Amino acid sequence: MIAFVLRRLLQAVAVMLVVSLISFALFNFVGDPINNMVGQETTLDERAELRRQLGLEDPIPLRFARFIGNALQGNLGVSYRMAEPVGRLILSRLPATLELSLAAAVFALLVGVPMGVYCGLYPRAPLARLFQAVSLVGVSLPTFLIGILLILIFAVHLNILPSFGRGEAVALGWWTTGLLTAAGLKALILPAITLGLFQMTLIMRLVRSEMLEVLRTDYIKFARARGLSNRAVHFSHALRNTLVPVITITGLQLGAIIAFAVITETVFQWPGMGLLFIQSVQFADVPVMASYLILIALLFVIINLVVDLLYYAVDPRLRLDRPGKAA
Amino acid sequence: MLRHARAGVWAALLLAVGGSLAEAKPFRFANDGDVGSMDPTFRNETFQLTFISNIYEALLRRDRNLKLEASLATEWKQVEPMLWRFKLRQGVKFHDGTPFTADDVVFSVNRAATAPSNMTGYFASLKEVRKVDDSTIEFETKVIDPLLDQKLVQIYILSKPWAEKNGASKSTDVTKPAEENHATRNANGTGPFVLKLRDPGVKTVIAPNPNWWDKAEHNLTEVTFSVIQNDATRVAALLSGEIDFIYTVPPQDTERLSKADNTKIMQGPETRVVYLGFDQARDELQESNVKGKNPYKDVRVREAFYRAIDIEAIKTRVMRGQATPVALMVAPGINGYVKELDVRPKYDPDAAKKLLADAGYTQGFETGMDCPNDRYVNDEAICQAVVAMLARIGIKVNLLAQTRTKYFAKILGPGYNTSFYMLGWSPASTYDTHNVFEQLLQSRNPAAKKGAFNVGGYSNPQLDALADKLEQEVDKAKRDAMIADAHKIFQKDFANIPLHQQALIWSMRKNIDAVQLADNSFPLRFVQVK
Repeated sequence: MIAFVLRRLLQAVAVMLVVSLISFALFNFVGDPINNMVGQETTLDERAELRRQLGLEDPIPLRFARFIGNALQGNLGVSYRMAEPVGRLILSRLPATLELSLAAAVFALLVGVPMGVYCGLYPRAPLARLFQAVSLVGVSLPTFLIGILLILIFAVHLNILPSFGRGEAVALGWWTTGLLTAAGLKALILPAITLGLFQMTLIMRLVRSEMLEVLRTDYIKFARARGLSNRAVHFSHALRNTLVPVITITGLQLGAIIAFAVITETVFQWPGMGLLFIQSVQFADVPVMASYLILIALLFVIINLVVDLLYYAVDPRLRLDRPGKAA
Repeated sequence: MLRHARAGVWAALLLAVGGSLAEAKPFRFANDGDVGSMDPTFRNETFQLTFISNIYEALLRRDRNLKLEASLATEWKQVEPMLWRFKLRQGVKFHDGTPFTADDVVFSVNRAATAPSNMTGYFASLKEVRKVDDSTIEFETKVIDPLLDQKLVQIYILSKPWAEKNGASKSTDVTKPAEENHATRNANGTGPFVLKLRDPGVKTVIAPNPNWWDKAEHNLTEVTFSVIQNDATRVAALLSGEIDFIYTVPPQDTERLSKADNTKIMQGPETRVVYLGFDQARDELQESNVKGKNPYKDVRVREAFYRAIDIEAIKTRVMRGQATPVALMVAPGINGYVKELDVRPKYDPDAAKKLLADAGYTQGFETGMDCPNDRYVNDEAICQAVVAMLARIGIKVNLLAQTRTKYFAKILGPGYNTSFYMLGWSPASTYDTHNVFEQLLQSRNPAAKKGAFNVGGYSNPQLDALADKLEQEVDKAKRDAMIADAHKIFQKDFANIPLHQQALIWSMRKNIDAVQLADNSFPLRFVQVK
């Protein structure tokens, strides 16, 4: 078990080094931040001097080595755009993104799983067909369009939910939360639905097809033959066995939700890391972009690790190789 | 008697309280980008400086017509050619209660004039700033500088004791990855508003300064500035009433906002002039099929391009009427704009073809063109229209439109890697034409700091001499005559193709009253909520 975790961690370090090298090399093509940093009348000499001071003249490998060296010491540099330490900047945006992503994931699971179970159990029911149709919309419409549509309906026409921002956030130490105020909760609804809709439909379709498949298997027939109640058959036998792929997908999708929160955050002006990233790209704010991508890589690595460990918990077959427990 | 007097006071008080409750209002506005920092010398950029002007003040400020007026200084004069004297306003206090003094002015000017300040460009002529007595300041210049007062509008005054106590006596330095400068998130000025909350990239809250020295024209109780980057969301927030005012209006939504029940549009020409320039410096163009010579060195080719561009079509179709064509490199509102000279040569593609033939390009030629796609209103669309118009006279243009960070890195010095380009300029530091000559039209001379943004390398010794002379001319009439002469040289040479002033568009709820300034600054002191 420990060896397994260690092996995974080593792989993770390699993955992250590669990701950061690639992203760092890419940043060479986003343009020159200097012209965004200075006023129009700054002389060319002053621009060149600033470029030199920031080390932008140095070759990419050297800049990369310097960045990694500083990052290992906990120093991610200073944002060109905001003149603030990047570490603090990202940390201050992290809570917003995590809350939004978790809310979206919870929404996707709480709505997606029951819908999927229902569609699996009663595939021909009119409601199931409706769910299927709705899920098609969720899969095919791009996130930004869904977000704008929701804003148009709920903010502009009905005027019941805010169109942007995080409402009122409360600080708990370094963490800020919008979950404790009415304004914060209201502000969370539209972005969470927008972000979670795709995942919801994905989970629904997955649960539905898994359910359909599992319900045809022999052990379900045996279970019915044993005279177990429908409820027991459906939930402890069928649903439980569909959960392994659902956990994999949900876990991996959680990473995707956090990473792709970029678009939802931009549409709703949600003050999270994704928005910070987009603003930084436009400014060619390299330290922020590099740190963000490394952080996202780290998140994916951690999530993958957790998903692997969860398999152990859910699927007893994976535990068979452990001595002493086989019996 | 006494009782009566008391009752009168109470009545007056009640009236005052009741009156202010009925009138004063909070105000919420949004823009697509944030203010970079609260530090007044952090970045020399219009939105940054104009937002900070609500909190910090300079010695002088601009009124509704962009004319200079007294602010922290009450009188000012160029007493000798190289000496300016300013009388300071007495009894002014900073937001933290410390009194405003001559020492603060000397400190703030030096802070702005020293790297890593972003405002050092304003002080090329400055020799020394000194305190004469508690209410008098003198600026000694190295050369005659008739525009020093204009420049000082953007130099905000900080409290010296406050800055020193908080380790902010130098400007924010992004190259030092140490601690954040205190002045980045905190502010202590003398201005009409006090900083209440600063959440970078999210929102900034300011409230009126009850002890402001001037009489407030606004009736705001609190101002919340939010950043909403996405165009559609920003417009939606205005339509839904969550926001009272948006500063950057997406062009495609202008009509809708002007017709909606609760919103209105305010528009006028901006002082920035958008123009096209040619590489006239190289002996052979970098991006052209003409080898061994540079067609843009021939004034006939430049005139042909100018005459081939249908500016009315650009105005009506590309800009949907939201542009004002110009024939000069400066716009009304800038000192040195001459209305009589603002006449464009006629649009005439046939004459253009003939000019090209005379120059030896009967078959036309091929040229590269550089254009930003996120800097000016409809920038890429304008360039595409120009490409189509030039195609009619046989010029094949290969357009490269890209994001501003890439664009400026390519075309600006020291490389100036372009053959034909678009640029916009507003003399925002001095509001005077000389700035345009010095930066855009004088021959490139890095040592003398001339022509740094003369991307095409246009060079005419006559214009150079005039610009140098008028730089130090104190007599306004003589100076204006020289500016007019220089305009004429520019026009005779077809040095660039001025296109238009893009329209400034603001949108707000119907109950908001604001004053739109042509320099696109947005001082809150003119805002009224009804």
